[in-house]
Amino acid sequence: MRVESFVLLFVGFFFGLVGAVYWLWSHEDAGSIMLLGTFLLGGVPGLYYFWWSRRMSPRPSDNPDASLEDGAGAVGAFPGSSVWPFVLGLGATFVALAFVFGAWTLAVGLFLAVAALVGVVYESRRGGLV
Amino acid sequence: MTLLAERPAVFDGSPAHEHEAGPSGFLKWITSTDHKVIGKNYTVTALIFFLMAGAMALLIRAQLASPDSTLLSQHTYNEMFTMHGSLMIYLFVGPVSFGGLANYIVPLQIGAPDMAFPRLNALSYWLYLGGGSLMMMGFLTTGSAADFGWVAYAPLSNSINTPGAGPDLWIVALILTGFSAIFTGVNLVTTIYYLRAPGMTMFRMPIFTWNMLVTGILILIAFPVFTSALVLLWCDRHLGAHIFEVSGGGVPVLWQDLFWFFGHPEVYILALPFFGIVTDVIAVFSRKPIFGYRGMVFATISIAALSTSVWAHHMFTTGVVLLPFFSLMSYLIAVPTGIKFFNWIGTMWRGSVKFDTPMLFCVGFLVTFLVGGVSGILLASPPIDFATHDTYFVVAHFHSVVMALVMGAFAGFFYWYPKMTGRMLREGLGKATFWLMFIGTNVTFDPQYLLGLKGMPRRIAEYAASDGFTTLNRISSAGAVLLFLAVLLFLVNVFVSWWKPIPAGDNPWDASSLEWATTSPPPHHNFLRIPPIRSQRPVWDYNHPEDRILEHAKPRPVGLVASAGTGTVLLEDVRLDGPDTPETWDPDR
Repeated sequence: MRVESFVLLFVGFFFGLVGAVYWLWSHEDAGSIMLLGTFLLGGVPGLYYFWWSRRMSPRPSDNPDASLEDGAGAVGAFPGSSVWPFVLGLGATFVALAFVFGAWTLAVGLFLAVAALVGVVYESRRGGLV
Repeated sequence: MTLLAERPAVFDGSPAHEHEAGPSGFLKWITSTDHKVIGKNYTVTALIFFLMAGAMALLIRAQLASPDSTLLSQHTYNEMFTMHGSLMIYLFVGPVSFGGLANYIVPLQIGAPDMAFPRLNALSYWLYLGGGSLMMMGFLTTGSAADFGWVAYAPLSNSINTPGAGPDLWIVALILTGFSAIFTGVNLVTTIYYLRAPGMTMFRMPIFTWNMLVTGILILIAFPVFTSALVLLWCDRHLGAHIFEVSGGGVPVLWQDLFWFFGHPEVYILALPFFGIVTDVIAVFSRKPIFGYRGMVFATISIAALSTSVWAHHMFTTGVVLLPFFSLMSYLIAVPTGIKFFNWIGTMWRGSVKFDTPMLFCVGFLVTFLVGGVSGILLASPPIDFATHDTYFVVAHFHSVVMALVMGAFAGFFYWYPKMTGRMLREGLGKATFWLMFIGTNVTFDPQYLLGLKGMPRRIAEYAASDGFTTLNRISSAGAVLLFLAVLLFLVNVFVSWWKPIPAGDNPWDASSLEWATTSPPPHHNFLRIPPIRSQRPVWDYNHPEDRILEHAKPRPVGLVASAGTGTVLLEDVRLDGPDTPETWDPDR
């Protein structure tokens, strides 16, 4: 997990540095704020990962000498097939249409989106492990 | 150099996954959460948008082929170049890489059964398709499709200058595809962080996967800014928010800041995946490990970081940006990019290079990207930018860049098509495609550098005969026909492979990364068995037990020290009877 955390920490470090230089040099608001946001986007999860990487034992994927048996067991839950992403995507598209042509598609879109959310929750209870 | 003491002679067994018999046909299309199906959906959809955008490009070139042309009205011409750019940038080059090829290939390259969030992955695709459809719906409205350029500068994009539903559809479409890209970015980063096979450490990942990780992070940096900016623009148009309008105390140039803070990293979101493809393909067809693997990784990260600090070099002529800062940072990008070129050439150096179609496209990529990159360095200089801004010089510059990326994409198609379909594409047609595309690119876009230097502005529908632009525009339009033929030949190639299939086998290129260890196409959840991962080239190690395995994580002195590097190994490894052709492929070997 260390290398993973370093990648994110580098993002935080680099944009912290660049953001500071940019702000001191230009005093321009928009760019400085966006660079600050990017600094946080890298730094916050990066620090968390780093903190965590020092407390966890290395995973098989961190260990260059790991054999496949080391990773035996469930990898995660992977739903086989599901119609709900399609329904949610369709709903989101109808909601987006409402922002162009007016309100009536909003009802269709929200109905589909809520149906998809309910569907996904129920489906997850049946999900199997791989 | 250390040789590992022992090498497992057979695959380590891993628990066999039950093969899931899901729905087929239309139902499979709308319900599958398998990253391979979604990846193919993305690729095919993106190619359809590519064909539409290409047709618009042909109309643009037809319009400009003669002076005082009346083929298209000014208004239609504006729609054409806007939608051409929007489709190509937002709906083709990006989605085909991070949604299509990466979606399919990254889990295979790290030995994962699927993406980390399969349903989120499917949602990404549907948001992308929904957004793309909404954008195209602009042509069906009573007004017109969006016609303010793919950058939608304020105040041209406000409700007075570009009223109507078409521009609004463009805005909400890009909000949808923006969310789609963000979800894909989250999925890619999580997958690469959490689902790598045992032994697949970060510094053993193929460069394509590394680049997709960096692309994923870059998506998370760039796309939220753009999506928020679009929401602000919508508020300006419909709620009178006056964020980008001087009249209400707003700042029009703020749009440019927000847009380019997305827009420049976007260029690298488009480019890095193809850098990755090119790196892997060059190594495979030079039959050598990648030269300077870690240098490649650090160069990728540096390019991505610098690309997010140079956004205002698109805004030099606004007069309100810090010229020395942005100019300096833009120049700095040339350093890691130069390292990449050095390493690409170093990988080919003393290799046993085979110029199959994917490799040809990679070499075409190198040449074309070099032209685009060097003209980009020129534009990073404010005085030169002031003189050439908004001329065809800039158009030519970024078309050299994106055509290089298109060649990278075709390298990827030809390289991974056997894995995705189990069939080979025809080499002869492929090589013809390459030469048509390579020559076509140069014939189309090289004259545009000269046109720009002669002062032809971009985004004009007409020019007068007395301007002296006619000849160069004619040449450029002729080149566009060559590009059309190249794409046509590619489609013929796909058709022929479907009509008279040549079975590909699992590993037709004798490649080295993990996706070639499984069947073509791979089974549900990808792997029945995974070879032991002891280096950056697990499949090569497995297929070439006579070759030495190098200790992990140590840089390999490739090509520098002949006796210690793979130079010697390679000479022993050259097979005089030639590589396996698909017809002679023996799957039981």
